[in-house]
Amino acid sequence: MSLATAFFGVWPYIALTIFLVGHFWRWRYDQFGWTTRTSELMEKRWLMWGSPIFHVGVLLVVLGHALGLLVPPSATAALGLSEHGYHMMALSAGLVAGAVLVVGFVILLVRRFVTKARFRIVTRRADILMYVLVAVAAAAGLSATLGLGISTGAYDYRSTVSVWFRSVFAFNPNVDLMASAPWIFQVHAVAAFALIAVWPFTRLVHLWSIPLGYLVRPPIVYHTPAR
Amino acid sequence: MRVRAQMAMVMNLDKCIGCSTCSVTCKQTWTNRDGMEYVWFNNVETKPGVGYPKRWEDQGTWKGGWRLDKSGRLRLRSGGKLWKAATIFANPDLPTIDDYYEPTTYDYDHLLTAPLSDRMPVARPISAITGLPMKIEWGPNWDDDLAGSQIYASADPNLAAMSQKVQLSFEQTFMFHLPRICEHCLNPACVASCPSGAMFKREQDGIVLVNQNKCRGWRQCVSSCPYKKVYINRLTSTAEKCTFCFPRIEEGIPTVCSQTCVGRIRYIGLMLYDLDKVDAATKADSDLVEAHRSCFLDPFDPEVIAQAQADGVPRDWVLAAQKSPIWALAMKHRVALPIHPEYRTLPMVWYIPPLSPVLDATTQMGGDNSVADDIFHTVTQLRIPLEYLAHLFTAGDVDMVAGVLMKLAAVRSHMRAVTTNTLDDSDASGATAADLEELYRLLAIAKIPDRFVIPKSHTEEGAALASWSSGCPLDSGNVRMMGKEPAMSPVFAQFSRRRP
Repeated sequence: MSLATAFFGVWPYIALTIFLVGHFWRWRYDQFGWTTRTSELMEKRWLMWGSPIFHVGVLLVVLGHALGLLVPPSATAALGLSEHGYHMMALSAGLVAGAVLVVGFVILLVRRFVTKARFRIVTRRADILMYVLVAVAAAAGLSATLGLGISTGAYDYRSTVSVWFRSVFAFNPNVDLMASAPWIFQVHAVAAFALIAVWPFTRLVHLWSIPLGYLVRPPIVYHTPAR
Repeated sequence: MRVRAQMAMVMNLDKCIGCSTCSVTCKQTWTNRDGMEYVWFNNVETKPGVGYPKRWEDQGTWKGGWRLDKSGRLRLRSGGKLWKAATIFANPDLPTIDDYYEPTTYDYDHLLTAPLSDRMPVARPISAITGLPMKIEWGPNWDDDLAGSQIYASADPNLAAMSQKVQLSFEQTFMFHLPRICEHCLNPACVASCPSGAMFKREQDGIVLVNQNKCRGWRQCVSSCPYKKVYINRLTSTAEKCTFCFPRIEEGIPTVCSQTCVGRIRYIGLMLYDLDKVDAATKADSDLVEAHRSCFLDPFDPEVIAQAQADGVPRDWVLAAQKSPIWALAMKHRVALPIHPEYRTLPMVWYIPPLSPVLDATTQMGGDNSVADDIFHTVTQLRIPLEYLAHLFTAGDVDMVAGVLMKLAAVRSHMRAVTTNTLDDSDASGATAADLEELYRLLAIAKIPDRFVIPKSHTEEGAALASWSSGCPLDSGNVRMMGKEPAMSPVFAQFSRRRP
């Protein structure tokens, strides 16, 4: 098995399997630990800036990825967007989104590891692993956008990386396409799937607990004893 | 009419000596765990004073409780659903550890390991959070007994509403202790603000709890509770709060704080209330205390008794409601008042305001503090403490506080007359002799069965209770919650958690 097959044909499935089984395990055995792991009680001033900025950045980045990975070029062309126009849009929006994410991320890292609050904030190994993976994925992603987008002109990842990404979920991974992509995209993809693999074991699970039910539920919750 | 039962408490502040036994026994029972170092489900404050956390009554800062908007609708002061969605990544109103205090322990190990020296080794204070040496600069009752102090008392938010001149003369004359637990409100703002729906009010007895398996650490409850009686466990990042010792209550025994109260100031009993009247009471324009009282149902009323049965309130619970000392103190004799009714949460731990400062003042003013007329005279003269007490207990209604104090004074002078055989027919307070004597017995000599009228739980939760009480939940500190033990109450999940 070539390295390319291992990284782009096998690793995504291992990661996705861990993701699914891990969530099942976590929900079954550790709903108590299924939280945001908030440390706002311990430090608030940095968090008031870092957390909203980081989360908004993440939302923008996810939207951008959905557009780049899931929408084929034919669809944007049908909407009258030229290839060049798409790339200019993706480059500018991607840079803004990435910058917002990085700014928020750096504020949160400084808060946790540099300020005086670091003694008060409890950091677990899972947190550190998550920070490393987010940092690698974000660094690779941003440099792919920046480096290839500006210096060598637009790399058309939509005909390689995106097709590979969709082929993974069609259970017919097109490894060669990804293997032909620049290494920075490859690093980004491997790190991203690693993040997916550790997801269920970190605080990232709080994403699945977005309290949408709160918007529609009556204010006071009563608990009736089982009779 | 929908009849519901609510477990309620009254504290007689005249008898509180500020010993903090309630706080200590509560902490030993519930919050002596890692992550809960700074948490006191029960704390005792000196009033006037800043309290715990600092200035918790300043809702301009913390945005706790409810308010009426311009069109008279009830709104969380902390904001509507859209505002909460916008601030979900960081709660702008959350107190931090410095608003409580940095919990301390001491480097006791040094006492044993210090090398031989001419000087006695000293156990230096270290932070219970960071383990680093620290300077102790605040605590859970740092201003204990310092009500006269300009530094602490002048920061009391209740005094901010009063004029400066009033403050000065007031602080020279007046101090009392205020023990506080969760109010287990009829209209709890913490529950209403919980995005996860993890907080709930038990329908059978009104106790407000946090489901530890559903709490996701959004921490809205902490800021929305105007009494600041929901806390974040700093290690698990879930919310925890006073449970009204429900495992004890279900067995018919009083809460730890009540059982261990040295001054016997606490009363526990059931109140029947009409769920249909809660909404109107929370929106009352004025006279909030009377609006709150209008929710309560007379447990002797045959109509209420019939409806209680229809609504599933057990017969012996209705009997307990009839014998409830809370009913007697809050409704029959009307000497107990809610704390900060203007927060509109309809709190269910009520207080009998302290008469002793008035008695002191009577003596200072040359009166006889056993003569009701002299005390009445003092009460009408003492606008300052009355105004302060009114800010605490009646949303500013001074006459209501004065009425309660006069009744307490009437009890004193009546019983003195009885004892000294000088009883005449004059009856300044409008209460009958039988009423005054009943109130005297309730306030002065009530024994445990009179102070705590707690019917045992009827629910089949008894089975669930037994499953965890068969082994002390604290012993299982290293056992992770297993799916095989579904009977474990999720409220207790924090005890079964391995150390983070």
